[in-house]
Order: sequence, then C-alpha cells, then structure tokens
Amino acid sequence: MPKRTDIKKILIIGSGPIIIGQACEFDYSGAQAVKALKEEGYKVALINSNPATIMTDPDLADATYIEPLTVEFLEKVIIKEKPDAVLPTMGGQTGLNLAVEAYEAGVFKRHNVEMIGAKYEAIKKAENREEFKRAMQKIGLDLPKSDFAYSLEEAEKVAEKIGYPVIVRASFTLGGSGSGVCHNIEELRTTARTGLDYSRVHEILIEESIVGWKEYELEVMRDTNDNFVVICSIENLDPMGVHTGDSITVAPAQTLTDREYQRMRDAARKVMSEIGIETGGSNVQFAVDPKTGRMVIIEMNPRVSRSSALASKATGFPIAKFAAKLAVGLTLDEIPNDITKYTPASFEPSIDYCVVKIPRFAFEKFEGVDDRLSTQMKSVGEVMSIGRTFKEAFQKGLRSLETKRFGFGGDGKDKIFDLTLKTREAYLQFLKTVPQDKELREKIFAYAKIPREDRIFYLKYAYLAGYTTEEIYKKTGVDPWFLAQLKQIIDLEGELLAAQGKLKQQDGLMRKAKQYGFSDRQLAFYWGLQEKDVRKKRKGLGIKPVYKLVDTCAAEFKAYTPYFYSTYEDEDEANPSRKKKVMILGGGPNRIGQGIEFDYCCVHAVMALKKMGYETIMVNSNPETVSTDYDTSDKLFFEPLTLEDVLNIYENEKPLGVILQLGGQTPLNLAKSLLANGVKILGTSVDAIDRAEDRDRFKKLLKKIGLRQPANGIATSLEEAHQIAKEIGYPVVIRPSYVLGGRAMEIVYDQTSLKKYMKHAVEASDDQPVLIDKFLEDATEMDVDLISDGKTAVVGSVMEHIEEAGIHSGDSASVIPPFSISREIVEEIVQKTKRIAKELGVVGLMNVQYAIQKDQVFCLEVNPRASRTVPFVSKTIGVPLAKLAAQLMVGKTLKELKFTEEIVPKHVAVKESVFPFVKFPGVDIILSPEMKSTGEVMGIDKDFGKAFYKSQDAAMSHIPRKGTVFISVKDTDKPKIAEIAREFHKLGLKIVSTKGTAKVLKEAGVPAEEVLKMVEGSPNLSHWIKEKKMDLIINTPSGKGPMLDEGKIRSLAVSFNIPCITTLSAARAAVRGLQAVRDDDLDVKSIQDYHGVKGKP
Amino acid sequence: MKKAILALEDGVWFEGEGFGADGEVFGEVVFNTGLSGYQEILTDPSYKGQMVCMTYPHIGNYGINTADSESSRPWVEGFIIKELSPVVSNYRSEMTLDQYLKKYNILGIQGIDTRKLVKHLRTVGAKKAVISTQELDPKKLIQKAKKSRGIEGVDLVKEVMCQKPYVFEDVMPMEFAWGDQQKKGFKVVAVDSGVKWNILRKLNQHGFHVQVVPASATAEEILAYKPDGLFLANGPGDPAAVKYLVATVRKLIGKLPMFGICLGHQMIGQALGGKTSKLKFGHHGNNQPVMDLKTRKIEITSQNHNFVVNIESLPKDEVEMTHINLNDKTLEGFRHKKYPIFCVQYHPENAPGPHDSDYLFSRFYDLIEKSQKNA
Repeated sequence: MPKRTDIKKILIIGSGPIIIGQACEFDYSGAQAVKALKEEGYKVALINSNPATIMTDPDLADATYIEPLTVEFLEKVIIKEKPDAVLPTMGGQTGLNLAVEAYEAGVFKRHNVEMIGAKYEAIKKAENREEFKRAMQKIGLDLPKSDFAYSLEEAEKVAEKIGYPVIVRASFTLGGSGSGVCHNIEELRTTARTGLDYSRVHEILIEESIVGWKEYELEVMRDTNDNFVVICSIENLDPMGVHTGDSITVAPAQTLTDREYQRMRDAARKVMSEIGIETGGSNVQFAVDPKTGRMVIIEMNPRVSRSSALASKATGFPIAKFAAKLAVGLTLDEIPNDITKYTPASFEPSIDYCVVKIPRFAFEKFEGVDDRLSTQMKSVGEVMSIGRTFKEAFQKGLRSLETKRFGFGGDGKDKIFDLTLKTREAYLQFLKTVPQDKELREKIFAYAKIPREDRIFYLKYAYLAGYTTEEIYKKTGVDPWFLAQLKQIIDLEGELLAAQGKLKQQDGLMRKAKQYGFSDRQLAFYWGLQEKDVRKKRKGLGIKPVYKLVDTCAAEFKAYTPYFYSTYEDEDEANPSRKKKVMILGGGPNRIGQGIEFDYCCVHAVMALKKMGYETIMVNSNPETVSTDYDTSDKLFFEPLTLEDVLNIYENEKPLGVILQLGGQTPLNLAKSLLANGVKILGTSVDAIDRAEDRDRFKKLLKKIGLRQPANGIATSLEEAHQIAKEIGYPVVIRPSYVLGGRAMEIVYDQTSLKKYMKHAVEASDDQPVLIDKFLEDATEMDVDLISDGKTAVVGSVMEHIEEAGIHSGDSASVIPPFSISREIVEEIVQKTKRIAKELGVVGLMNVQYAIQKDQVFCLEVNPRASRTVPFVSKTIGVPLAKLAAQLMVGKTLKELKFTEEIVPKHVAVKESVFPFVKFPGVDIILSPEMKSTGEVMGIDKDFGKAFYKSQDAAMSHIPRKGTVFISVKDTDKPKIAEIAREFHKLGLKIVSTKGTAKVLKEAGVPAEEVLKMVEGSPNLSHWIKEKKMDLIINTPSGKGPMLDEGKIRSLAVSFNIPCITTLSAARAAVRGLQAVRDDDLDVKSIQDYHGVKGKP
Repeated sequence: MKKAILALEDGVWFEGEGFGADGEVFGEVVFNTGLSGYQEILTDPSYKGQMVCMTYPHIGNYGINTADSESSRPWVEGFIIKELSPVVSNYRSEMTLDQYLKKYNILGIQGIDTRKLVKHLRTVGAKKAVISTQELDPKKLIQKAKKSRGIEGVDLVKEVMCQKPYVFEDVMPMEFAWGDQQKKGFKVVAVDSGVKWNILRKLNQHGFHVQVVPASATAEEILAYKPDGLFLANGPGDPAAVKYLVATVRKLIGKLPMFGICLGHQMIGQALGGKTSKLKFGHHGNNQPVMDLKTRKIEITSQNHNFVVNIESLPKDEVEMTHINLNDKTLEGFRHKKYPIFCVQYHPENAPGPHDSDYLFSRFYDLIEKSQKNA
C-alpha cells in the first residue's frame, strides 16, 4: 500500500528526561522516526523537554519544541503547528501516556488530529490490565491466574484466593513502578498501597507468581496489510521475578525447540491482531514453565521500547525507522532492507552470533537503598556485547559495564562479601579453601539465590565452592544452559591458572581463552604478568581479533552496512579503507553522572567530521544510543571501551587520531594508557588533561592564572585527613581523586563523620588519595562551557546554579544567563576561563566550575572535556558546540568556523535535573555533592520566572498555582523563610507549617496553619501527605544523619507524587515562577524560532 | 578432543573438532540460517546427499526428542556447526545431539569459522565436500572431495522413499498444533519422494485421509486407491533425475486435483513442460519472504531447495504464477489455469519455521471440494 497522502504534517512526542526505565533509546527511536518521516516527504513537528537529545537538534525536525510534556503544552504546540497526525509510539511510556491523556481530554478531537501508529483503543487494550486479560482470554492465550483490585481490602481478598506468593502490578506505570513480589499479607499491603497510588487509574493486578519460570520476549512488527514479522527473540538469563530491564538478557532465544518457538510466534501474532496494533513495532513478553513447557503471556507494549532498541542493535534491523514508515501506511515489502539493499524489510533477521545485554546499576549512590532486584526496574543503563558465542559476548559485556571489571572475575576485582581477591595468590588461596569452608560456602550459596547486581559473580563463587549445576539451578532458577556456559568459562579459568609459568601451555591456551572472551587483563592476572606482556605475547602468537559484520541475514546476502564486532576466528571483514579517518570513543553505558549528553556530543562529532570528508569510526557499547545506530558513523564497532579493545580497533583501522573528550570520563580515563601505546589523541593534550586532574599540578595552574581555590589538601591516610581538615577548618568537602559524578563525594562537618567517610572512601578510589577542600557555605555555583582552538577561546555560556555550592552541579538547576551575579563577576569568570584554556592549550571543549562567595570567585574544578551541559548550552545559544569542537580537533580554527564571539541570548533557559527517587522507596531525597539525577529537562522562555516554571513542569515537579504549601525549614534557614512564605501567601496559596516554622511565620505576620510532626501524634503531617492535602512541600534538611522525621516526609512526598523543594534558593525561584505566570499565560515557541533558523525545506 | 577436517572441492578447508560419529563422509555443503529447528533439519529427507552448516553458532542446546522428528531417522551426510552445547536444557529432551548423531553414524564437525564458510558458499555456490576424522591431510581430502559423486543428475529419491504403501494417521500434539482438527472428508494419496512427516500431519489435520505411496508408484497404482486428490511431496537431489515421477504426474494431470510442495512443485512444473535449474547456493532457512500475488500478503516461509522451476519455461496459457520470493524474485508457486492443480516451492508445513502458509492446506481441501461440485 502506498503511503498516505491525506497527512501532511506529523507531530512526534518525545520521551522527556532520562529516568530509570526510559533512557536514550527513545532519542534513538525518535530521531529515527523524524528522519524516516522526512525522508517520505512529511513535515515533522516535535515536542520533547529533554535538550540533551539528537532528536531536538534544530536541523532534524521542521519545528522542535523543547517544552514540558503535559497536555497543556501539547495542546499549545498543536494549536501552533496544526499537525494532521500525532505519532505517540516513539516516546516511550511517557509519550504514550501523554497521548492517552490528551485524547481523553479531547485535545485531538478538538484540533482534528489523528493518532497514527497506535490508536487510542489499542493502547487502552494493551495497557489496561483488565482489558488486556480479557483480550488474551478471548484469543485463547494462557495467562497467570490473576484478578484486579481497586482497594487494599480487595487486594487482600484476591491474594488470598490465588495463594501467596503473588505479584502486584500497577496499571499504566513506567518501568514497573508500584510493582513487586509479595510473600505475605504485610508485603502485599505495602506494595498494593504504592501500586494503587502510582496507577493512573488506581488499579492493580494481583497475579499468580511465576517467579523462577523462563522469561522470553519477542520484538515484532506488523503493517496495515496484517503482515507480521518477528525481528528478534530474547531469552533472559535471570528467570521471572526480575524486571526484564534489570535482567541479563540474551538474543536469540537459546533453549526453545522450533515447535516451542513457533508456538510463541503464533501467540505474538494473535496478540498483535487482537490488540489492533495496526502499524509499527511492539514487544510481547512470555514466561515458560521449565518443567512442563506451559507458556503464559505476561504483557505487551504497543510501542517501540528499550528492548526494540536492543533488538535493532542486536540484529541490524532498524525497528523505529520502519515503524514510522508503517505508521504512514507503507507495508513491509515496500521498504528496502538498508543493510542488504536488495532485499525487502519483510523478513525475519537471522543472526550468526550471540548478543548479551547486561544492566548497569547505581545503588552505591543511594544510601540505605534496597538493592535486591524485583519486578520494579532499578538499573540506570545497560551495555550490549556481541560475540560468536555466549561466553565471548558475556565476558565482553562484563568488561563493557564500566564497573572496573575485566570479565567474569579473575581480574583482581573479585570480592566475596568482605574478602577481596586482589592478587593471584589470594585467588588461589580462595579456590583452595572455599570448598572446605562450610560457613562461607553456604553463605555464598544463600546469597546467590537473591537476584542482585553482583549475583552473577556469586553463581561463579558457588561453582568454585563446589556446588553442582543441578544444585545451583534449583536454588536460582537460572537455566542449566546458561549455567553450563558459565561453567565452561570457570573450567577454562582453572586451566589458565594452572598454566602460570608454563609458557608452552599458555601459548596453547591463548586462542581458546580469547574465544571464551577472556581479556588480556584476566590472563595477566592468571599468569602473574602485566597486561602489556600478555598483549605482546598474544600478538607474537599472531592471535588478533577479527571483525565480523552484523548483517541481518547470517551472511546469506552481501551486506552494505559497516557494523562490526570483534571475535577470534579466521576471517576479518573490517576491510580498513585508506581514507583519512577519525575514531571517536563513546561513553559506554548510561549511569548517573554520564549519560545521553555525551552521546549527543559524539554523534555531533561524527556528523561534523563526516561532512568534512573524514571517515568516522565510532566505538561504543551502549545499545540505547544514537551513536550506535549503524546510520550514524561510517563504521561502527560495538565493543567494550577498554584499552585492549580500543587498541585492537585502532591498530586494525589506523585512523589519523582518536577523539576522547566527547564521551565523558570513560574515554578520558584511557587517555594516558592509549598515549603510552602510541595512539594519537586529537584535541587537548593528555598532559593538559593531567594538569587539570592532578591536584598538585592543578593548584599550580590556578596560581599561575591568578585564581582562588578553596583551601585544600591531599590525604592518603586517616591521620593526614584529620590534620588537613583541622588546618583548613570544617566543614570540608571530601572525595577520592579521579571520580565521576561526585562519586563518594561528601560534605563533612566534624571529625567523627570524617572518620566514617575515610572507612568507605578507599574502595571508591582504588588506593588513590582523597582530596579535601574547604566547603564554601552559602556560595553560588557557576558553570562555564568553553570552546577553544588552542589560540582563540570563546565561552559558550556562563550558567548560574539555583542550588548553592555543595550540591553536585549535575543535580542543580542551572540558568542561562546568570540571574543574580553581577556583570563584573561574570566578566571576570569569562576572562579567567579563557586564560585557563589558553594556558592548557585546550583544543576542543572545556568546562570550569566556580563558586562565588561574598563576591569572591573560587575555582572548583576544570574538566578539559565536553561537559554534561554542552547540549543545553548549544540549544540555548543556537550554536552546535560539539560539532565545532570536532572540527577544531582536526585542525580548523574558530575563525574559520565563524565563531569568535560570545552569544548573549535574548531569552532565558533553565536546565532542571530529574531524579530516580520514586524507584528507591525510603531513600532520602536531599541533594548533596554526590550526584543522583538521571536526566534533565529544559525550560525556555522570555524571562527567568517563566523559564523556571516550565522547567519544573517538565521535570514533573509542577509548581501549583493554587492550593496548599507546606513549609518546614532547618533552624539556620528560619530567618529567611518568612519573605518567601509571604510571597506564596500573596500569590493566594495557603501555608501550612510545623510548630517551629509556623511560629517564625506568624511572628513575621504570615498566616500559617499548624500541623503536627509525625512524632507529635495524630493526625499528623504524614496523613496530610497521604491524603494529598498539600500541593507543594518546602523542606530544607538540617544535616545528613539517620532517617529523621524530615527524611520520611521527603520520601513520602516522592511516593505520593507531591513536588518537594529542598533548598531556599529553589523556593525563591518557585516564587518567581509563580509570579511570572500569574497574569501572563505561557506560550510555546520552537527552537528554530528562537534562533531564527528555518527548518530545511 | 577429536580433530576433524572439512575440505571442499575448490581447495578451501577447515580444521575443527569432530563430534557424533567418526569416519569420513561426502556430500554437498549447504548452509541453513534457521535459528532453531536443527532436529527437523537433520531428519528432513530432502537433505540426503548434503552436509548442512548451521549459521547460528550454538547448536544442540535443547537436545533431541522423538516427537519433533520429520522422518524416521536423520538424513544429512554431515553436520557443520560453530559450537556444540555442553548440556541439554529442555523438558522434552531425550538425548543429546552428540548421542543422536553417534547412534545414526553421522559425522559432525564444530569449532570452525562457519561464517567464513557461509560467505564462501554464498560467493562460489554449493560445493562438494568431505568431512573426515581419519584422513587429516587437507590436500588429500580436497582431491577426494573433487572425485565424489555430488548430487547433480543423481536420483536420491529412491534412497529416502518408503518401500511399501502405508496409511499415515499421526497428528501434532495438541499443545503445538495450531488450528483445529478438521473432520475428515477426502482421501489423498501422498507420493513419498522423501516426505516430511509434518506435511502428512498437516494433511491429516486439514481433513484428509492420508495414503502414502512410494515415489515409484505408477499412475495406475495411485488411481487404484480412488483418491480425491494427489499430493506430491518434497524430496532430495536433482529434480531432473526423477523422470519416472514426472511421467507419473503427467499421466495424472487432468485426472486428479494436485498439490505439490518443493520437489513436488518441481515435478508438476516439469510435467507441464517447464525446466528446472540450480540456484547458486539455494534457499535454506526459516525467514524467506514470499508474496501471495493474489492477496499481496507476505508469508515468512520455511525453505529448503537448491533447484527452482524457471518461470519463463512454463506454458503461459496454462499456468499462472501465484507466489514469488521477495528476496531474489524467484518462482515460489503457481497454479494451473484449467485443472485444479497448484504447488509451492517452499514448505507450508514448516517444521522448522513459521506457520504463515498453513492456509495452503485448506486451499487444497477447498479446491477438491470445488472441483467435485463442478464435476
């Protein structure tokens, strides 16, 4: 069927900020959709609040709105753009939910907009669990026994009937929020309560527990002609009970016979027809009882998803791109397969390799968090790895994770409870003693039962402790096929260990070890050598990786898309060209502190260099990203970002240089060792990086520039730390050197806390010293992004943070242009930053952080690389800084690129951070030097108040225009709270306070109702929150300590979805926001309009 | 570890590890891109004379069970894979792949760069080859491969067909049977030129009494059963070498409604005057897109053939093309304009493969029903 001609313009809804359960994969799908629809000749408008996305680049869509994803703003965009259709299936659950809400509010009907991709009814049927259950029963598919509940009482009754354990799932939620396994009535009550609250329709499903069953997923597509294809099958290593986003998953399915697989395929097809997903991609999840083969359907997502991004990367089949084309009426046979060119998209990819996805967690960031994995997703990112066998892919995946692991253990990083096995000797000792150590082996076995981030390693330790596959299978439910693969790795490790000192045996084992995915680092550990010795030895034996193509067809047809993975076999297909080429290292898995922003920068570099005629070579391991779209670079290597893997590609491809500074800290950490191996690093020199990162050299640098630094010192022991802290005076900021995202960074107020900190800091810093800085109280933090060609430097933007210094810059709201700092100081910062750049000889990007205390400028840190804020700044000033930076790194000058002067925008942009607290119940939400946010949004408007107001809406932290504000602040904030409260009062909001604050307010003449603290009796504050009798909470923390009343208030606020402000500065900004929207309604404006650029015709 | 060598007639060879039986075997090497279904592939009589290389690297994961076999024994001459599973994980498994191949004295070779082999075959076409665990000198093996008989012009049907007629009554187990059991209305004679059991199971399910006869049965013998229709099955080797079956079919055209699959399709094609030719490396897999030209719908099909009927060689006034392969645009099915005869090159019975083309069995039933009404 030809594409529709009755539609001219299509609005795509993005997915908003990166949150747990929704990451860059929707930038990947959204960007693909925009490109695909434009390719077909449609006008495309776009709404997404996340500036750090490729899809919101001004030259992608015709009109791009960086506005909050709410019905209010969606309607405003629709009014302005007058689209004929809206495509809601590319923006994850956020996009889908927004479309449903807008539909129900009559927005689409009002403006005559058609939903394409998935109709409202289809979404309802797939997402509403009761309707879904009915639909599945109708087509004869088996489901776990279940029933719905709309109240706590009902929930208890249903659970009783089904029998414990049961699983609670909330309807219409994201990443499984409000879901969990309950073994008894107490657990049920807690989970059901949260579930009912999270559900948009106050509905939960209580179902038979099928924990321990095998879990599968099919990624499927269907077109208007009812043509149906399965793109990829996925089998989870972790059995049912762990959210699929938190599971190690493998493609294709491994343990299904063809009959069993085809039965699943038939079921998926029936589901698609019944739900009525006419067009596009979906995923369908199944569980299979390993004992009887009984197959039940778990759920389906009527949209592209994280797993469809994974499936696209795993097979080379671009699901989102084709889904967009199907949505406008094309059929699968009308779309050519990009990779083979001559065959159509209407086929099912076949693969001749194994793909492993491993989730990346960030539990260390959240004190007191429950790190057991369950049906609620907790991981913040993922890696994908490809190998010819599972063993190879699995070990590559583990070393892609950026958790300092180099494979399946035996890398000097093994840690069994408190026992660390850093040396070969310690490892051997453990191997020798553990089978006899009854207590330890039983402890290991018990620990291996519960799914956790490190459970996979405990499966190994259980083997080492002498347990059999059968025993481990019974305990954990991990399929014997996977266990046998792990066992093969463990057995070979035994042989490798035994070959220490025996050169001939080592040589004999080398190839097999590499085929099993062992890294040089592990071999060095087994043989008591250095990594570089193993590398030399290996190359001496002629054992080098070959690169194989990902081609969708298992080599049946010639492939045209250069998308590679390494393996140790005979034939190399990389076929290096003789063009001038540049290699760009990506950022690896998303985690807190390093996310989509860096992928954005890498993609921009690729675009710019491609345009200049360079062949671009991308290396990355994150399947969610745009950078790993085979469409992005000239050559894509899906590989771990370790020295060994990067060097292998470098030596095979021989590029003229490597760009490290755009992928965040991951590639930068490789700088020294790459240089030592003769790699040409493009842009800022490695020495300059060291000058910024080495504390002593940094001190000298600042002295030379004439910049103040908070008093500081370096300590390698507790005694030294005490001494330094005493000298410079408490409070101090303390952290390990070379860290990311403020990892283990803390403000310490006294000697006791210092001692406590030093105990756990060592682990975070790998024997590197800790840095101690004087903490600047009540200081304003500023951030500068700068670009330089080595001679000329231009400041992209100076940003002022709303939260004071001491809160991680990644967690603060930040504003362009500065709103409270004097012009003189801003100018001083601009000049000093330029001088730093000149002194360091920065070629590319640099970010500098400052604190302003009593009009004095302090320099906090210099990062000679692209920062998290580059996309935010670029979108605010309308200059693609990363693109320019890439060009500078290959020799262009800023003059040649016509960017020599700072741009002062006529509008205000606010970047607000978005946090994952809702996924970690009970964790206190206060901000600290340790970064905790997963994503960001941007509010942009004429003035500060409006931009801030929008940023809060976009961050799902809506500032209420009316209603009740609860205010309770720490003693030191009490003198300043009255003026803020007065403004809220003036704006017509009711004020409620606990005793202390209420007294202060009343004395200042601000009317405030008093409410009891939790400890003061009932009804108290917690009842107010649970009954949602307040619309905003302002609560500043009195200091870090055990869980106090205030901590409970804040985490309760998160659970009940009440916006919670934890600093006075943010409270003031909220007032300004409210004032700005009081009389004047908010308007929307496209990025193209802000910057006076027109979308390409 | 037992060393094994795979050597091709054109001089390419691989060293790997042997599994299954020991010895030395010859055959034509082909590759199959199915991600699952190795057991069905092993037991498909169409693979007689061939050695199959599986493109998916992990094979043997779910073992072997009797229920999923496509005939009474495995027929491949040799089995080429990347990695044999160290264990079996499936509730229906009865033995390991290694045990199974040993039982039937079939050689396997693992641990070779199968992707390199496949790319080679893709470029040069299917090749005669040898796998040996006895002779380990590649040069000698290459010579042996060159001298081996190959499959062109050889009648392999005789080696796989049943020796005596029989009635087939087996059906799919409930849990795996898609579609309901239809009431039995017609009798069909199925000519066994190497028939896969799932074809017979599907005929049963779609309402046929199934009388199986060997491919050597004469037209008279077939008509003696007084069947309502004739089914022509798949089978191994070169269709040009099965002249006796073509002759039988020619005699029955106009006398019986016919449905042919794979070799059966080629038999009908030849009986109508068409010619067959050999594809470079054939179609072997579960993911081949075929379009039904009437409905414009796409089926993802299971395929296993090296030869095709040339579209131009068929008499245009008698024959209408009904299905084409969307990858290479080769003929996948046609029907007779006058007589109730149709056939497809691919495998609507799948096993292994998707169930998209199941409708063809109903179409056969309806065709007979219609032709009897008209008669």
